[in-house]
Amino acid sequence: MTFEHESLIGLREISADEIMFLLDEAKAFRNILEREIKKVPTLRWLTVVNLFYEPSTRTRISFELAEKRLSADVVNFSISGSSVSKGESLRDTINNILAMKVDMVVVRHSSVGAAYYIARECGVPVINAGDGTNEHPTQALLDLFTISQRFGYFRGLRVVIVGDIRHSRVARSDIWGLKKLGASVAICGPRTLLPQNCDVFGVDVYTDLEEALSGANVVNVLRLQFERQKAGYIPSIREYRMKWGLTSERVAFLDPDHAIMHPGPMNRGVEIDPDVADSEESVILPQVTNGVAVRMAVLFTLASKIKK
Amino acid sequence: MEKTIMDEAAIARSLERISSQIFENNPNIEKLAIVGIRERGDDLAKRILKIVETHCSEKPAFGQVDITLYRDDFRELTDIPVTKGSEFRFNPKDMVIILVDDVLYTGRTVRSAIDVILDFGRPRSIQLAVLIDRGGRELPICPDYVGMSVQLRIDEYVRVLTAETDGMDQVLLRLRKK
Repeated sequence: MTFEHESLIGLREISADEIMFLLDEAKAFRNILEREIKKVPTLRWLTVVNLFYEPSTRTRISFELAEKRLSADVVNFSISGSSVSKGESLRDTINNILAMKVDMVVVRHSSVGAAYYIARECGVPVINAGDGTNEHPTQALLDLFTISQRFGYFRGLRVVIVGDIRHSRVARSDIWGLKKLGASVAICGPRTLLPQNCDVFGVDVYTDLEEALSGANVVNVLRLQFERQKAGYIPSIREYRMKWGLTSERVAFLDPDHAIMHPGPMNRGVEIDPDVADSEESVILPQVTNGVAVRMAVLFTLASKIKK
Repeated sequence: MEKTIMDEAAIARSLERISSQIFENNPNIEKLAIVGIRERGDDLAKRILKIVETHCSEKPAFGQVDITLYRDDFRELTDIPVTKGSEFRFNPKDMVIILVDDVLYTGRTVRSAIDVILDFGRPRSIQLAVLIDRGGRELPICPDYVGMSVQLRIDEYVRVLTAETDGMDQVLLRLRKK
């Protein structure tokens, strides 16, 4: 078992074996985070740029910590006050950064395919930290890692993803990953927030939350972006909570052996109730810790494929 | 051509002798830890642990070291290294650590393993036990306990098999083609 690709663009492009390879590697890195000295010297020779064309706090911090734990040098680049606002193209920005001898690019961009474009045009290993509504592979890997930590297997698990599936790159990456590993996946949300063509995903589609939750092992609650109401996708935040908010009454529909996930940041009292988010079954904070470990695994794996 | 230079009985005798030297030099078992380098060094470390326990009716602490993330030749590797991880069920602070490996050659693995241990804590001392010392050091590293010494040329190769990892106990020597 090994990892074939030079970049991590999405889980759709990689095989089940490659996903398992990364999850296995992540186990070793997860243990490092429990040590007193949470740092290993392996990537001292590597310089990574974190390019965030969209605002992000936790993903950026998580990547930065992962890079620093591996002893890589890190440069952070965010949109405000940069050359991008002066009209520079994406390719020129990347090539300028690479001209300063940077070895790897972590990128978040509002356009689908941005990470793929950089990998193709600039010939540098790229880790996709979110491209538009397409994929957010490291978030899905940390979700998969957390599920395997909690259950130990994927085949036969029933996972429900609730919320704004249409605009969610997390949902897409989760679906590709979970399906490849043999879990059965259902999506649930208001009709307006489901993808127009759900068939391509091979998932069960629900609009009724209680029906979707019945007998499921994992529920992954997505964040509701308040802008969606202004854009007319949902009538009101209150109505959304009434129909699709995860309350403790609704948790009762799940299999007794279940886990509750959320990619954050949470709107407590909207898509998830505080008592559910803080319950014993919640793995929301372990997800965050595991995020650093899986990103370390991805960085380490791609770095070891860089040609000398 | 490969020939056997140690069989099961010879390996057992060597480990018995190494173990008794270890507990003679370090009578305070409470502060003693046996740490093996993955792979195979940890197999031997577990056996030494057992022998010490039998003789002293006290069990030293145990640990495993994976040097993957501390290698000095990371960029020269052709395959993606698989990280198994290091595991310490004790805090190395103030302990005497016996680092165990199957073969001592350049000393680079031991150098990496020492760095791993120091990242878990600052031990009182580290001693080195190896089943085979084949010579050819590239770093100033010297073993404290040796099962067997052989001086080999650079194109000769020694291989330790353990029952735990390979299904049998054996030390094989591949000599240079004439």
